[in-house]
Amino acid sequence: MIEVSNIKKVYSGAGGDFVALKNVSFKIEDGEFVAIMGPSGSGKSTLMHILGALDTPTQGRYLLDERDVSSLSEDELADIRRDKIGFVFQSFNLLPRTSVLRNVMLPLVYDRVPEEERESRAKQSLVASGLDETHFSHLSNQLSGGQIQRVAIARALVNNPSLILADEPTGNLDSKTGEIVLETFERLNKDEGKTIVLITHEHEVAEYADRIILIKDGELVGDSREHSKRRVGGEKNILRK
Amino acid sequence: MKFIDIFHETYSALSANKVRSSLTILGIVIGISSVIAMLSIGQGAQNSIQSSIESIGSNLLMVMPGTQRGPGTMVSSGRGSAQSLTIEDAEAIKETIFGLDGVAPELTGRYQITAKGQNTNTQVVGTMADYELVRNLEVAEGLFISEANVKSAAKVVVLGPTVSDDLFGEGISPIGQKIRINKIDFKIIGLTKSKGGSGFSNQDDMVFVPLSTASRYLSGSDYVSTISIAGTDAETLDQLEQEVNNLLLTRHKIRNVDLADFSIMNQADIVSAASSVTEVFTWLLGSVAGISLVVGGIGIMNMMLTTVTERTREIGLRKAIGAKRSDITTQFLIESISLTIVGGLIGVILGWSISFVISYLGLVETKVSLLSVVLAVGVSAAIGIIFGYYPAKRAAGLNPIEALRYE
Repeated sequence: MIEVSNIKKVYSGAGGDFVALKNVSFKIEDGEFVAIMGPSGSGKSTLMHILGALDTPTQGRYLLDERDVSSLSEDELADIRRDKIGFVFQSFNLLPRTSVLRNVMLPLVYDRVPEEERESRAKQSLVASGLDETHFSHLSNQLSGGQIQRVAIARALVNNPSLILADEPTGNLDSKTGEIVLETFERLNKDEGKTIVLITHEHEVAEYADRIILIKDGELVGDSREHSKRRVGGEKNILRK
Repeated sequence: MKFIDIFHETYSALSANKVRSSLTILGIVIGISSVIAMLSIGQGAQNSIQSSIESIGSNLLMVMPGTQRGPGTMVSSGRGSAQSLTIEDAEAIKETIFGLDGVAPELTGRYQITAKGQNTNTQVVGTMADYELVRNLEVAEGLFISEANVKSAAKVVVLGPTVSDDLFGEGISPIGQKIRINKIDFKIIGLTKSKGGSGFSNQDDMVFVPLSTASRYLSGSDYVSTISIAGTDAETLDQLEQEVNNLLLTRHKIRNVDLADFSIMNQADIVSAASSVTEVFTWLLGSVAGISLVVGGIGIMNMMLTTVTERTREIGLRKAIGAKRSDITTQFLIESISLTIVGGLIGVILGWSISFVISYLGLVETKVSLLSVVLAVGVSAAIGIIFGYYPAKRAAGLNPIEALRYE
């Protein structure tokens, strides 16, 4: 479970302070499929970095599975990322010249999981993300964009994380392969009960999620769950206003 | 990360750019192999000088006549040319001092030697039977000069191998033949073994006659040019030197040590003087080679820094997946250490081969010491750590967010 309360992030630079996030609060329950949406420069990347334990907020609290992540050290954050979070990025998702299987096993390598267990777990999550077994021994540069994203999803799954964070996962894909990747997320959420947070600026992508959190100028300007409480069937209406 | 994983990562990272990795390794190979080759040449030179000093005898003291520097004497003649040591001095040393293996006075001069129309100019050493033992001489054929020869002032001669070859040709036994030294006939009774002459005095290019014969027929004086004394062992050599010194001072009636009309050379001193020279020489060669090793190390650092920059996004990805600072540091450090270890091993083999070839060509009899190999491998590993540390630290310190965004 994710609980973000009054998060503020300030970047101090030569030209003065820049407030990327101001007082953002929300809650995401286990098993939700959430899209965080906003135009570029809205602060959604900053929010993703904080949710992904890549960065800590300047103020406020971030609870991940009841653990306060907002004030951890660099190495403790690395442990959180390894154990609780699976990342899928827009580009440069896989290690070059490395086999699919090894790419998926990488988080387990850092977790010091025994060799035999690594392989079976990696295969399991590759199957779950819908990649054909014939590709398992291929090198990462022999795959298509859609296949790369599926391998990345498999790698994000392999550690059985509390949260899968996908940052513009379809940004580099054509709409058809993008759909396949998004359907993979949808299936993982529905069938396996994975918690997924999708960061995107595209409406079509966000619509795959059950809930949309809208960010603008560093503030939370809309949350479809709040709407649905007020208006039955109002889910996603926020997009059409 | 487990060792096998690190090994796997390192292998795939280094083999990703084989040309660059091999060139970097080449820098270390050149450094290490030149250190080993240079040290082996130095060591070889040291050994050959030492063995040539030792070939003139073991635990040797050489008493040489010197100028008597009394009041009013301003002119000094060269060492060894003065006439202050006599056969009696040598006999006195032999009779009164215990703890020595032999005393061999020598009366040396250069004379023209002829045999069957061949002639050569060489050193004629008048000496006694002890000379064989004192100067580590071995007789290849026939006999050395005996005490009886000395007593009777027999006109017999023992040839060095070079002289024999010059006069009679190689491989021909000269025993029983006659030669003329200073127009006097001598009968050849023996031939010494070759000692591979080099250094101070080439004992292969000498002939030996009884001391009494030399002083009566050749030089016409009772003075000797050197008294060689063999001590029993190296430990008592200094004490022996002191005793000989005291005895000769008493015999020559000299009270002030500074005015002694002779000088004593201790073989140990010669050895240590010579080896200190070759040691400096060895270190000089070694440090020149060491500089190339440092240059190789800088090559490693250069490559690792480039690699870190190129792989910024990879580092960011690894960190996002859960790699700790120490995981990244270890990975990059092991990469640079692997480069230097591989370079070090190839360098050891190459350096060894170079020194073997140098020996084989007969330039210097080289010797690769285990120490230099251990040193080279240790140094190469250390270079990997030292020059790899900064790039590794830089990689580990990258901010994952910025690293992932890096273009």
